[in-house]
Amino acid sequence: MSMKILVCISNVPDTTSKINFTEGDTKFDTNGVQFVINPNDEFGLTRAMWFKEKQGATIHVATVGGPAVEPTIRKALAIGADEAVRINAEPKDGLFVAQQLAEVIKTGAYDLIIAGRESIDYNGGMVPGMMSAILNYSFINTCIGLEIEGNTATAIREIDGGKEKISTTLPLIIGGQKGLVEESELRIPNMRGIMMARQKKLNVLEPVEANHGTADIKFEKPAAKGAVKLVEADNISQLIDLLHNEAKVI
Amino acid sequence: MSVLVYTESDNGKFKKNAFEAASYAFKLAEQLSTSVTAITMNASDSEEIGTYGVSKILKVNSDKLSIFNAKAFATTIAQAVENEGASTIVVSSSTDTKYMASILAGILKAGYCTNVVAPPLSTNPMVVKRTAFSNKGFAHTQFKTDVNIIGVSSNAYGIFENKVSPNVEKFEPSLNDSDFSVKSVNIDKVVGKTTIADADIVVSGGRGLKGPENWGMIEELAEVLGAATACSKPVSDMGWRPHSEHVGQTGKPVASNLYLAIGISGAIQHLAGINASKVKVVINTDPEAPFFKAADYGIVGDAFEVVPKLIEKLKEFKAKNA
Repeated sequence: MSMKILVCISNVPDTTSKINFTEGDTKFDTNGVQFVINPNDEFGLTRAMWFKEKQGATIHVATVGGPAVEPTIRKALAIGADEAVRINAEPKDGLFVAQQLAEVIKTGAYDLIIAGRESIDYNGGMVPGMMSAILNYSFINTCIGLEIEGNTATAIREIDGGKEKISTTLPLIIGGQKGLVEESELRIPNMRGIMMARQKKLNVLEPVEANHGTADIKFEKPAAKGAVKLVEADNISQLIDLLHNEAKVI
Repeated sequence: MSVLVYTESDNGKFKKNAFEAASYAFKLAEQLSTSVTAITMNASDSEEIGTYGVSKILKVNSDKLSIFNAKAFATTIAQAVENEGASTIVVSSSTDTKYMASILAGILKAGYCTNVVAPPLSTNPMVVKRTAFSNKGFAHTQFKTDVNIIGVSSNAYGIFENKVSPNVEKFEPSLNDSDFSVKSVNIDKVVGKTTIADADIVVSGGRGLKGPENWGMIEELAEVLGAATACSKPVSDMGWRPHSEHVGQTGKPVASNLYLAIGISGAIQHLAGINASKVKVVINTDPEAPFFKAADYGIVGDAFEVVPKLIEKLKEFKAKNA
């Protein structure tokens, strides 16, 4: 019996994006910004493809976002996901997003839900855990390894100072990251994938009623950084002096 | 309606982040004209947390909770929240706590702000300042729910003593099998070495060190400074250093007081992960290395000459300042 996998993906600004704010610093300025699949989610999507090819699985992807996120969803379909759903709402905060995706999970009766541990835009890292509480599903965060055999999942979790091997049963939600697969194994869409993606179903659903946990009311850029203080290579004592007396870090 | 703080311990001993979280909770409680209650899990000397302004302790002592279990810990803390009628919960940003707190937020349907760097800008409504865009910006975020969780960024607010003699109460959570559906099989952890997450100083090496055989001086430098060792992504990809040392956007975050980058050019993905560190020192032969733009102090020079000299001078410095 083939596993049903849902990969939850976030549409985020590319890492190299310049971060600016607009409308009186109340919104992120998307002008000239390239949007991509959240890096942590990419590792999960590639691992899902591994399950599909080695053990048999169907892969659906889900995202909360407006029409502008569809190119990112199509990229996931081009990589090899079978079908996608977009919840037509702005992903303003984790609690709201978690409730929307929990509804998708309930409806679809997925065995395995792969989300990224954290997205690089708002760094909340809370959606997978919140979904697990809403649905009362097992949840493994900072997941850097996952094997599924029948109804049993064995995973490796990254912990401060090392790693932990854990075991649980499906249905399971994971917060994945690099390690689920190696960076060199990440799938990228090829021409055939891109062509096929156009035919795959991208369902758009209206959001269910859900509350917001938080609201970002203003944004701020960090204070401009001063120039680096260069120390001569033959004057190491000066560096130690600066670190001790000026920076006070040693 | 006290502020509830989860004070994390490891092998019975409070972690540094417990003192940070308690200090923050004390400041917050002052703003709210209330007091701080801490919940401890198998802490040997729970009263130690009173040093940081905690006036009440809910002490959990349970064999079932001797190994960290995110769901079981979250269920326990949710029950404590209800018990205390707490509307604000303060937690740290450790890996285990973030795991637990995301579940706790789901149980309580609470607004949750991670990476909070300062006490609230206002308490009614509750607005906090947190980092966003991988440390390239800040957000001022308002809570919209009755119960709120504040995740204090590591090394952001500080540790402040406000000694009180706390009232200790035994707390027994009501847990069932479903709280333990995720089972720990084994833990592979370095004991006795400072972790990157807890380190005040991190010494990091990159491709400029040419090969794994050259890491001896990095480890020696780290030892002199009492620092944790780290590395850039290419170094971990090539297997020169273990994956657990990789810091950067897809590796571990660094929020230490001092970050020493040796032979690392400073790719954007690397900077994204280490940007929360307070002081950055860069040692690189290439004066055009992008990292120099992000650094506070720098030496343009050959690491193989600079680092041994730095070790020597630091040993002298440490001896003088012992």
